[in-house]
Amino acid sequence: MLYAILCFHDEAEVDGWTREQDDAVLAKRAKVTDPLAAAGRLGPAMRLTSTPSATSVRSGTEPLVIDGPFAETKEQLLGLYVVDCESQEDAVEIAKQLGQDETGGFEIRPVKLYKPSTIGS
Amino acid sequence: MTEIGWIGAALTGARPRALGALLRYFRDLDMAEEAFQEACLRALKLWPEKGPPRDPAAWLAMVGRNAALDQIRKRNRDDPLSDDAEPEDPTDLEADMVERLDGAHYRDDVLRLLFICCHPDLPATQQIALALRIVSGLTVGEIARAFLVGERAMEQRITRAKRRVGTADQVFETPSPAERDRRLATVAAMVYLLFNEGYAASGGEAHIRLPLCEEAIRLARLLLRLFPHDPEIMGLLALLLLQHSRAQARLDADGAIILLEDQDRGLWDRGMIAEGLVLIDKAVRHRRRGPYQLQAAIAAMHARAARPDDTDWSGIEQLYGALEILQPSPVVTLNRAVALAKVDGPEAALALIGPLAEPLSGYFHFFGVKGWLLSQLGRTEDARKAFDKAIALAHTPAEAAHIRLHLDRLMKDSKAG
Repeated sequence: MLYAILCFHDEAEVDGWTREQDDAVLAKRAKVTDPLAAAGRLGPAMRLTSTPSATSVRSGTEPLVIDGPFAETKEQLLGLYVVDCESQEDAVEIAKQLGQDETGGFEIRPVKLYKPSTIGS
Repeated sequence: MTEIGWIGAALTGARPRALGALLRYFRDLDMAEEAFQEACLRALKLWPEKGPPRDPAAWLAMVGRNAALDQIRKRNRDDPLSDDAEPEDPTDLEADMVERLDGAHYRDDVLRLLFICCHPDLPATQQIALALRIVSGLTVGEIARAFLVGERAMEQRITRAKRRVGTADQVFETPSPAERDRRLATVAAMVYLLFNEGYAASGGEAHIRLPLCEEAIRLARLLLRLFPHDPEIMGLLALLLLQHSRAQARLDADGAIILLEDQDRGLWDRGMIAEGLVLIDKAVRHRRRGPYQLQAAIAAMHARAARPDDTDWSGIEQLYGALEILQPSPVVTLNRAVALAKVDGPEAALALIGPLAEPLSGYFHFFGVKGWLLSQLGRTEDARKAFDKAIALAHTPAEAAHIRLHLDRLMKDSKAG
C-alpha cells in the first residue's frame, strides 16, 4: 500500500532558517529516507516553494485563477514523500522519524491512484 | 539534527516576529534584545523536555516580556526611591500580544524592526550591518567576516549605529497605508543593497560573498510573507533568486569572473530559477510595473535561455528601455547599450554610451563595456586604453583579472591580425 506523507510546517520559520540549518534538516531526513530508498520503498519525494509563489485555480464553468495558496493556514504544505508501507502504523512510524526533534508536522494519507513519474531524470 | 539544532532553527525562524513584538512593547532596542535573549535561554532549557510550543514566536515574545518585567520590578524593589510607573496590567497585554502575533498583525512589528535599521543618517553599509545583527541575528563576528573587517571595529560600528537609530515615538504608531508603503520601499532598498554587497563585493579579496546574498534572500522572503500581494516585493525576491541561481557558475576555480555567455548553465540552480520565474510571472499579472520587476524580468530572460544564442536581446533591450524611463540612470543606459550591441552592433552601442563618459568616469564597468565595444570594432589601441582604465578602477582582484583576460585576447588578436 502506498502512503503519502505530507509535510506541514510554518513557512515563516522554514524560510527563516539559515543555509546551515536547512542543510542540517535535509541531512537528518536523508538518514530516514536513504534506507527506504535502498529497500525500494521510497516513491517520489518533493519539496515545494513557500506559498508566496503559489497560484490557486478554483474550478468551475469559468475557472478562477487566484494568487496565493488555496487556504490561509498557520502551517503550509511544504513537501511530500510517497512511501510503500505495510500499514498505516508503519507510515506513522516513518513520519515520526522524519520529524524527530523538529517543529511542524505531517499528514498521512493512503494513495488512491498512483501514476509513476514520466519526467526524464 | 541534534536537540540544540532544531531549537536553534526554531529560534532563528521566530526571531523577527518575536523581537518585533518585544520592540513594540518596550520601545527600546536594547531592552527588546535582552528580553529576547532571555527568552531564548529559557527555550533552550525548557523545549528539549517539553518539545516546541505550537507558536514559538508568540512563546518567545511572551516569555521575554515577562522576564524583562520581572527584572524591572526587582530593580524597583531594590531601589525604593525610583517611582518608575509599573507597566500596565500584564494580563490584558498578554491577550493583546497573542492577538497581535496571530495572523497578519505582526506585519507592522517586523516591518518596524527592519525599518529602524534603515535610519537615513546611517550609511548604507551600517544599515545593512545593523539589520544583519538585529533582524537576522547574525553574530558580530559573522558580520565582521562578511564585511572583511575586524570584530572590534564591527562591534563599534554596530553600537554606534544602534545609538543613532531613532526610537522616536512616531515609529511605534501603527503606520498609515502611505507610511507603510514608504517603510516597505526603504527596507526593500536596504535588502537590495545587502544582496549587491554580496553579489559584487565592493572591496577585499572575495568577489562574491554568498552569505550576504543568502541573508538578503531570507530577508526578501520575510518581506514577501508580510506583503504577499505586492508586485515589487515579488519582483525583488525574483530578482535576487534569479541572480543568485548563477552563483556557482560565476567564478572559475581560481576565483576569476566568468561572463554570463561563457558560464556553464548546467551549474545554474534550477530550483531558484523556477521560483524566480513564477514570482516574476505573478508580479507582471498585477500590471503595476516597478524597477525590481523590470530587473527581474531581465534576469528571467537570461534564465530562460538554454544557450547564450537563445537570449532574447531585443526583449532585454526593451526592458532596459522601460527601466530607463522609470528610473533614469547612466548605469541603466550602459546596460541597455550592451543589449543594443547584440541587436544592432557595437557601433550603435558606442554612440549610446558616448554621453555617459562624464557621469561614469569613475565606473569600472563603463570602461569594461567601452573596451569590449571598441575591440569588436577593431580599434585595438582605444580598447586597450579603456581596459587599462577599467583595471585601475577595479574593486576586487577578480574584476581586474577579468579585464586582463580581455587585454590578453586583444593583444593576441592584434598580433594574429
